Amino acid sequence: MKPTPFDLSYLPETPSQTAGPYVHIGLIPAQAGFEIFANNFTGDIVTPNTKGERIVIEGRVFDGAGHIAKDVLIETWQANAAGRYNHPADRQDRALDGSFRGWARTGTDFETGIYTIRTIKPGSVAGRRGRKAMAPHVNFWIAARGINVGLATRMYLGDEDAANADDPVLNIIEQPERRKTLIAPKSVRDGRTIYTFDIYLQGERETVFFDV
Amino acid sequence: MTPDAEFHQRDRSIHPPAYTPVYKTSVLRSPRIPLWSLQNSLSEVTGPMFTPDELGSLDNDLVLNYAKTGQPVGEQIIVHGYVLDGNGHPIRNTLVEVWQANAGGRYRHRNDTYIAPVDPNFGGCGRMLTDDVGHYFFRTVKPGAYPFRNRVNSWRPAHIHYSVFGSGFAQRLITQMYFEGDPLIPHDSILATIPDKSAAERLTARLDLNAAKPLECLAYRFDIVLRGRRQTLFENKLQGS
Repeated sequence: MKPTPFDLSYLPETPSQTAGPYVHIGLIPAQAGFEIFANNFTGDIVTPNTKGERIVIEGRVFDGAGHIAKDVLIETWQANAAGRYNHPADRQDRALDGSFRGWARTGTDFETGIYTIRTIKPGSVAGRRGRKAMAPHVNFWIAARGINVGLATRMYLGDEDAANADDPVLNIIEQPERRKTLIAPKSVRDGRTIYTFDIYLQGERETVFFDV
Repeated sequence: MTPDAEFHQRDRSIHPPAYTPVYKTSVLRSPRIPLWSLQNSLSEVTGPMFTPDELGSLDNDLVLNYAKTGQPVGEQIIVHGYVLDGNGHPIRNTLVEVWQANAGGRYRHRNDTYIAPVDPNFGGCGRMLTDDVGHYFFRTVKPGAYPFRNRVNSWRPAHIHYSVFGSGFAQRLITQMYFEGDPLIPHDSILATIPDKSAAERLTARLDLNAAKPLECLAYRFDIVLRGRRQTLFENKLQGS
């Protein structure tokens, strides 16, 4: 019999279950159709005091048949403009931004399937164990009906070619073609900087998802 | 970052695989290419933190947090437990969010069209931070079972959805809690996505008579375990800061 963590007295993780079709009730109640909390977590995480270049991240999520998934929860986690995470495990000698937590939450729209996150462009963060810097990126976590375990991926910025080419995480992905699934092209619309990050759950263009 | 902030590798055998035809919606929403294994960097060992002032005083009381003309219909219950990591240490000040159907099995959601009525006094969501020993609790009404479109006669056992953060984004977890003794549990297609029966059983809350309020309401106990970090000493520093 194979040894299990039980033998070493580790506690086994609680199993994941799908977020289901009504995830909005608990996490983004306004999208479910009602107001309940005085303070809501949203996809707009920039305040007037936040330092950094304002950007918009938007995109859609596609299933294996090419349908747009319109009930998906999207969360993002990123460093501030100086490249530091607002968390005690990040001990880099860089400035914290008290007006920026770095975490956003939104859902894909029931009609259009588009999600929108308003944030700032993250700085480059030191790589694993302080080694080579990682290119600026935004960590994504998505959950939805039909997704049994939340999916982790990263969005890199389409205008950071040099940093992306040198990124230690992109470079562990064996096929260069698949790295492109993580790179969001940049455009400008109505004076706003947009990064378009479409996520493909399955199929020929399947996004790279990580076992973190 | 020091190496001891890293998480233990996730034991995927206790989780449902992505592709589970018993739950039809997973078929087209499951990645088919193996996940790329990523050694933890700062991006994975850090994660959002929350403070008590972000929450309202009734956020963990689903009996009162949407009450308009009176209290919601149904059996009032307390649900409580601990959020621990794989090393058995409490995860303090972490955000726990819950959502559920009302006593009739109907969700307050624009896409739910089940025949059971919406309860005007029940929103169906709550949230709280764990305390200094990792404990959380909330009050609600016991949710009803309801049918869903999977096979022609698929029903969900009564359940409460949970979202938990932990102290790093790689611990992020969404799951569902079931109730001890529910006869629908062995028939549920969502629970059936978990191949390991003992893992599935850990999603069932136990009746906790000692936590019940006599002459007022029953209680259920549901503990949650998130992944541990490689060294526990560091975690104490992390949580205390």
